[in-house]
Amino acid sequence: MSGITEPRSTTKRVLQANIWLVYLFFYAPILVLVIYSFSDSRNVGAWGGFTLDWYRDFGDSSAAKGALSNSLKIAVVSTIVAVVLGTISALALERFTFRGKQVFDALLYLPIIIPDVTMAVMLLLFFSEAANIFGFSKGFATITLSHIAFSISFVSIVVRARLAGMDDKLEEAAVDLYATKWQAFRHVTLPLIMPGIIGGALLAFTLSLDDVVITEFVTGPGWTTLPVYVFGLIRKGVTPLINAISVVMLVASMGLVALSLLTDRARGESAEIE
Amino acid sequence: MTATLEPEASIDADVATPEFEAAREQQKRRQGLFMALPAYLYLFVFFVIPLVIVIVYSFATRTRFGTELSGWNIDSYRRLGDPLVRDILLRSTTLAVITTLICLLLAYPFAYYMSTRSEKTRNLMLVFVMIPFWTNFLVRNYAWRVILGSDGPYSRLSEAIGFGEGRLLFTNVAVILGLVYGFLPFMILPLYAAIERIDGRLLEASRDLYASGFQSFRHVLLPLSMPGVVAGSILVFVPSLGAYVTPAILGGAKTTLLGSYIVTQFLSARDWPFGAALSFVLMAVMLTSTIVYFRKGGRTL
Amino acid sequence: MTAAVDIKGVTKRFDDVYAVDDIDLSIADGEFFAMLGPSGCGKTTTLRMIAGLEFPTMGSLKIFGEEVGTLPPNKRPVNTVFQNYALFPHMSVLDNVSFGLRMNKVDKTTAAKKAHELIELVQLSGMEKRRPSQLSGGQQQRVALARALVNEPKVLLLDEPLGALDLKLRQEMQGELKSLQRELGVSFVFVTHDQEEALTMADRIAVMHNGKLLQVGTPEDIYERPANRFVADFIGQTNLLDAVVEDDDMIILENGTRLMAPNPLPPGTKVAMSLRPEAVDIGPRGTVPAEHQKTSLEGVVESMTYLGHALDYTVKIGWIDLEVRADAVHAEQRFQPGDEVAVWWDRTSDWVVAD
Ligand SMILES: Nc1ncnc2c1ncn2[C@@H]1O[C@H](COP(=O)(O)OP(=O)(O)O)[C@@H](O)[C@H]1O
Ligand SMILES: [Mg+2]
Repeated sequence: MSGITEPRSTTKRVLQANIWLVYLFFYAPILVLVIYSFSDSRNVGAWGGFTLDWYRDFGDSSAAKGALSNSLKIAVVSTIVAVVLGTISALALERFTFRGKQVFDALLYLPIIIPDVTMAVMLLLFFSEAANIFGFSKGFATITLSHIAFSISFVSIVVRARLAGMDDKLEEAAVDLYATKWQAFRHVTLPLIMPGIIGGALLAFTLSLDDVVITEFVTGPGWTTLPVYVFGLIRKGVTPLINAISVVMLVASMGLVALSLLTDRARGESAEIE
Repeated sequence: MTATLEPEASIDADVATPEFEAAREQQKRRQGLFMALPAYLYLFVFFVIPLVIVIVYSFATRTRFGTELSGWNIDSYRRLGDPLVRDILLRSTTLAVITTLICLLLAYPFAYYMSTRSEKTRNLMLVFVMIPFWTNFLVRNYAWRVILGSDGPYSRLSEAIGFGEGRLLFTNVAVILGLVYGFLPFMILPLYAAIERIDGRLLEASRDLYASGFQSFRHVLLPLSMPGVVAGSILVFVPSLGAYVTPAILGGAKTTLLGSYIVTQFLSARDWPFGAALSFVLMAVMLTSTIVYFRKGGRTL
Repeated sequence: MTAAVDIKGVTKRFDDVYAVDDIDLSIADGEFFAMLGPSGCGKTTTLRMIAGLEFPTMGSLKIFGEEVGTLPPNKRPVNTVFQNYALFPHMSVLDNVSFGLRMNKVDKTTAAKKAHELIELVQLSGMEKRRPSQLSGGQQQRVALARALVNEPKVLLLDEPLGALDLKLRQEMQGELKSLQRELGVSFVFVTHDQEEALTMADRIAVMHNGKLLQVGTPEDIYERPANRFVADFIGQTNLLDAVVEDDDMIILENGTRLMAPNPLPPGTKVAMSLRPEAVDIGPRGTVPAEHQKTSLEGVVESMTYLGHALDYTVKIGWIDLEVRADAVHAEQRFQPGDEVAVWWDRTSDWVVAD
């Protein structure tokens, strides 16, 4: 396919200006935040010389550290479950036909497009009804179950895209070469969709670490996650400590992006092979 | 013929028959269903049932002690017409529309220009759109709080220029700024996907046939990229309408939006039936817009 | 001797499409067997049923006497070279080739040794560590071949294995495949839509159309004695003249001309006479040799195409155009459009097919 043609020169300059404007818009606030997190001033937004005090505060704050550890536990467990369920469902949708497939397909899209608030309300009402019947207290389990509910869809879609790009003749070639169906999956399908699975896992992990609204609705005593904790702090006012925590969260996000880009590159390489 | 996690059931037959073939077909369908089942059940329990509960609640009665699941009525939906609620709905819709338009205005030229670049540049540009897309939403909103804060960079700048102490924080403008900042990647990505797919020769041909670049944009590029425009608009409009974090951080007391209003019903006002009705409205907007989108021939969001 | 592949009454239906419609086929041990037909005629489906990748709707499918119609692919002693090779992109050449052995639980050293032997056989020594993406099309083709042959299949199935190669490489590989098959003595079932490829390579050819088997025979049978109109038309270039049988020796063309054409059909049968362009001689009117009087027609040259080694004439014979190919070197005379000519042929080179 031939690409889109070059725009004319004045138009081109306007377009270029827009590009820089958008990137400036994206990155300037992040940069400002990072700079101020090193500022030695109680007054957020004023520069008072370089310091690492606020990061030290974060390290000393048991509440913040507890929230971080809660967040990580929830993210790890929900990611593992979502990856397993999402991957198997992607296989089912991409390689099989069965009754109710279309309904299932549509259902998988809903958690992606539904607004956070609505999903939060749904799960809040669900868990309070369930708690009335089964009598449990909210916390780790309710948060994790909720995060899985929205992560499955993301994993499934990412893995499915990868499966769709894979030649299904490869699986036939494997069984033709005496592999059982399980061996064909293990030695051919799985390694080839692995970049998709890893990409889906990173997405699920990020989404779990980022979520505020749903978590706030289904959390229980003792199970404050880092974003919920930070959100609470922000509502009380801006402090240098929040700056520091924010930057830590930012760096974590960036790390995950970097990882996903690396698997993306692996994805690109094996796509080339096909 | 593909990998499956179910052990192979043996169907006893030596010579192929239509029954054998049908049985194998059936077996394969069952395997598919069997594999879809865990996720299917999970979403049924933790998505479909909650959804039904929300709908049921929206018809329930509020009492002093909480919610009574009896005395079914449509009071909660009637209240959508109250002046206060109408104001909130109107304000939320306006803000969401403005946010969507600004995103379109910024993203369309961006996506278009991106698709004119070489493969390498395109990928690099894409990476730098993906980074904010992946970055914590809360943190990104908070960054604006710092910038717009009472003696943050914004007020210093505006004072230095001589605009006086222009105050943006806790206004609708700040909320729109935060929403655009938060959701712009959701507009750029589908737009880029749609524009990139267009065969450049069509535009060249249109340049031959139409005089101006604008006409070729109006008659060729825009219609062909429409699926991207619609997908991006839905992806920005729906979460803007239901935004809660952004108004909570950047908005003021007088700028209650639908999302925050819903949260209030649950976390402080304790009016669950009304909150459920509001959530249902939000969901209905989302469903209608996506159904329209798929009807119009869109494929992926 | 038991047939390598024995197919009896096999049908495969996809919803309401009969991809393969009640075919009988027997392939001998050590035979190079080609399945030929236009795209969509059911060749691949037949091959996939032999491989076990598709189950027949009906019919019996035996490999060396053993009924395999309901066995999964991994339980059948056959291997496939896929249309676009389907090499495992994440594995080296060596791992690709030894895949089948490893799945068959052959111990590692033996597997590696055999894989190396096959890699050598297909002349890819030194490329063991490469990934498929680092190989040319022709090399990938060889890996696919080695990967299948290393398992010593009783029958090797090849689905348009040369389809993705350019002409020169294709011709080269045709020769190599043929000699490889002779050397190994394994039956090859080779699917192609290229009639020339089938004619030059195969011991026997099966011609398929719309899921039906039209004719099975040697290349000579198929080319010189096509079983019906479709085969005559599909294989090579031919003139088909509609006619009706008069008796065992004569047929009558649409315009009443009587021609000599020995045939076993009852009088009155509607037939077509197939006449290959290169079997027809052309000359000025009145020069038809006496022995060809009853196998000749008169016409007017409509066009002439110069091919270097040959001349192609289109001769208008009343109601029909006849293609005639004359040898450029030995032609005594060349004709121009408008020339009145006669055409004739040997009574053994025409062939009557039932409609
Ligand atoms: N899995 C399938 N589902 C439905 N129809 C099929 C399938 N495979 C093949 N067909 C149909 O069967 C017919 C024969 O196909 P195929 O065997 O691939 O032909 P060939 O290899 O000779 O080109 C075609 O009409 C094709 O559309
Ligand atoms: Mg085929």
